[in-house]
Amino acid sequence: MARRTPERWRKLRVKTGFSIYYVIFLLFIYGPMFAMFVLSFQGQRGGTSFPMRGFSLYWWNKLLEPSTVGDMQGAMGRSIILALMVMVLTALFSTMLAMAFRKSFLFSNVLFYTILTGLMVPGVLLSLGMAILLRQLGLAPAWYTSGLAVHVIWALPFGYLVMMAVFNRFDSRLEEAARDMGADEWTVFKEVTFPLITPGVVAAGLFGFTLSYDEFARTTLLAGAQNTLPLDINASMTQRIRPTLFALGTASTLFSLLMISIFLGIYTILYRRSR
Amino acid sequence: MSKVSELYHTGLIGGQPAPDDLAIQAKISHTEEGFATVWLITPAAIWLILFLVVPLVSIVIFSFWENSPQGLSPAFSLEFYGEYFYTKGFFDPDADRFLLPSVFIRTLGSTVYFTLVTMLLCLIVGYPIAYFLAMQVQAFKWQLALFLLCMVPFWTSYLIRAVAWLPMLGRRGLINQALLGLGIVDEPVSFLFYSEFGYTMALVQIYVVLGIGPMFFSLAKIDKDILEAATDMGATPFQIFREIIGPMSLPGVAIGMIFIFVMIMGEFATAVVVYGGKTSTAGTVILNYYGIANYPFAAVNALMLMLAMVIGIVVILRVVDIRKEL
Repeated sequence: MARRTPERWRKLRVKTGFSIYYVIFLLFIYGPMFAMFVLSFQGQRGGTSFPMRGFSLYWWNKLLEPSTVGDMQGAMGRSIILALMVMVLTALFSTMLAMAFRKSFLFSNVLFYTILTGLMVPGVLLSLGMAILLRQLGLAPAWYTSGLAVHVIWALPFGYLVMMAVFNRFDSRLEEAARDMGADEWTVFKEVTFPLITPGVVAAGLFGFTLSYDEFARTTLLAGAQNTLPLDINASMTQRIRPTLFALGTASTLFSLLMISIFLGIYTILYRRSR
Repeated sequence: MSKVSELYHTGLIGGQPAPDDLAIQAKISHTEEGFATVWLITPAAIWLILFLVVPLVSIVIFSFWENSPQGLSPAFSLEFYGEYFYTKGFFDPDADRFLLPSVFIRTLGSTVYFTLVTMLLCLIVGYPIAYFLAMQVQAFKWQLALFLLCMVPFWTSYLIRAVAWLPMLGRRGLINQALLGLGIVDEPVSFLFYSEFGYTMALVQIYVVLGIGPMFFSLAKIDKDILEAATDMGATPFQIFREIIGPMSLPGVAIGMIFIFVMIMGEFATAVVVYGGKTSTAGTVILNYYGIANYPFAAVNALMLMLAMVIGIVVILRVVDIRKEL
């Protein structure tokens, strides 16, 4: 045992080193956001950097007032509606696709790579293609049509990969048993398949929601007359950056976190139930 | 090595029981059951064709069209490709632009360069984190919690994350204040923000998590018993890393690098926010030409960006055969 003691010390040192590095890393990725969070409570005469000149909710109030540039509440509402639509379509499409891929079919390879192309194509490229095409066809872009179209293309590969992973671990014998007992396909799906894959469907939907809610590149040429939230944030960045933007950033971050917690809560409940 | 990867893993991903032969048999033999494939794939396939394939094909077509006073007119013109590649005085040994690639190629080149630097930094910064989570943290509960802690910033708007660097790196930002306070510099340094340095920092902070995810998953799949066995046979930590951990985590590294590569190549918003629009990336060039309604040239630029990306992905996939490794 005496021989192992230095070894144990060495392991402990390595572990401590890595732990310290992890903490530094967290400071690196959280630091700027935390500074932004603190500065959003900057006093009325303060600027976008430290030190704090007093403490106020002035910039947060500014956020709620209707302003001359953009309308942030409206933009946020549109972003949420769009994200919800993308969420539903992503969950639906990726479930259907993953179910189809359980069997082999003609051109399944082509379809597979087409789905993944949505992940690989830069947002600005797809945005450009759609925008020029719509212009040639004489159609006006709008966030709920062309915006929705490319957001789903972006979110679908993520949801699809999640659902593929779900069905890879799926025990088909449960469905077989239901069929043997005389259930038709709809009953099998409703009573057996769907309850088992619900956590996956929720996860696919979560990808759809968050990816759409933050998407900027794919919306930039396709939102039409009305802005979504990322476009609005970008517009306010091109002007003088003020602490209002930090307040908006903090609000939008908190909202994202709230949505994820809700989803994770639902997911945990469903996952426990599906066991 | 092939034997090693066929072993049953007890890691995070491989923790479920392996499907037995009966289940596989059941999957194969009853292909006629379930919903009809046609109905399952048709809606998504139509969506993909209309909103992915058609726009991409139309970019290729529009890149050959001509600008006319009425807008675009169908043609087969290589004018804009020429404009992209050719610079005046390229073949003239006396001109100062002799053999100097066009500004568009140089922009694409610098975009690729930035992307590669950022990828490398993300790997250097992120791999130890993934290693720590997968190898040093024992309990699965803690692994997941610490991993999610890294993931949280990823779920917030990346525009916000880019602008959040201002209070840190700006002229009156925290870092400058710290440097001044410690007496290291006499006046605020300005190279931090609106500079290559700030841009790279922001990109690494925003995208490193994309690399950590896949690297963490492939590291977590490594069977700890193999490492134990290697140690018992007298392998040094470095040998264990070179012979086992390194090769087995390579697919995760490759996937992570592809994610980061794809994201940063098409990047333009961070460049505008953090770099102050002083520089162009391939993405900003495309948007600029769209802005001045030169659609064919925007399309040419977009295609060249896409070409560079495809080459990059193919190179990464050459290094590792991901489909085999999965």
